[in-house]
Amino acid sequence: MIDIDDIDRQILRLLSQDASQSSAALADGLGLSQPAVWRRLKRLTDSGVIQSKRLRLNKEKLGFGVTVFLGIKLATKGRVSLEDFERAVKAIPEVQAVEHVLGLYDYRLRVVARDISDFERVLRRRIMTLPGVGDVEANVLLSEERRPGPL
Amino acid sequence: MLDDLDRRLLRHLQTDPDMAMSLLAERAATTPTVASRRLQRMRDVDVIQGSEILINWATLGYAVEVSLRVTLDKTETRAFDIFIDHARQVAEIIEIQTFLGRVDLRLSVIARDMVHYQHIYRTHILTLPHIADIEALMHISRIKSDDELPL
Repeated sequence: MIDIDDIDRQILRLLSQDASQSSAALADGLGLSQPAVWRRLKRLTDSGVIQSKRLRLNKEKLGFGVTVFLGIKLATKGRVSLEDFERAVKAIPEVQAVEHVLGLYDYRLRVVARDISDFERVLRRRIMTLPGVGDVEANVLLSEERRPGPL
Repeated sequence: MLDDLDRRLLRHLQTDPDMAMSLLAERAATTPTVASRRLQRMRDVDVIQGSEILINWATLGYAVEVSLRVTLDKTETRAFDIFIDHARQVAEIIEIQTFLGRVDLRLSVIARDMVHYQHIYRTHILTLPHIADIEALMHISRIKSDDELPL
């Protein structure tokens, strides 16, 4: 576990709102020197607290009108290797995220598509043909909100 | 409208927003001047909305992550708004999504350990208004999490 102090927390909170801020801009906002902020950012990144950075893109304007979450139950647990399923599902470009979960389903998938008929194509050709796939539940995403979390 | 060059730029930049312009231009087979002009235009038309960080909560001691799938009591017409307003007050809820499908909402909840989770669940989650049903999925691992768009 990485120990972070209040200043680190403030930095993370500011970056959660807008990660494009430079260390100079962060330093200004926090009343610190730029090298001090830079050192903290480097530590937060090197230690993996900041796991990654990515662009926030307007999905709709890029032609991805639909995001669907799928709950997938494997049909023949024990006989199908989880590795085979995971390797195959990871390679599908429309699948943005895969989580192995415990509960009603075995896997949770985030899938993007241009529209509902494009989603149907992905579902039929890519998802239903995955090794070991059983019960599939689909929920269409209407809205989402990322919260800053306990910082 | 976006052309192939725009898409190429986004494809390279989306998981590495801090990439140097010269490298990005080289990868997208263009010049840095053209690349930065294209990026600025995509910011102007709101295709690029900024960038964001992904925090690895496990490194900060939050070892438990649970997806709670919530069904609301729709006899209260403002159930969604009221529920979400209250959910925003709970620091350990890091994501709120709404759906069309079998479940109405999903909350991502993080906790330090199972004892802590149980405390959050009992005192902050079960007390949220207008819940008809809750199902829990416990996260075991993330197989893919970049949320990359298939551009």
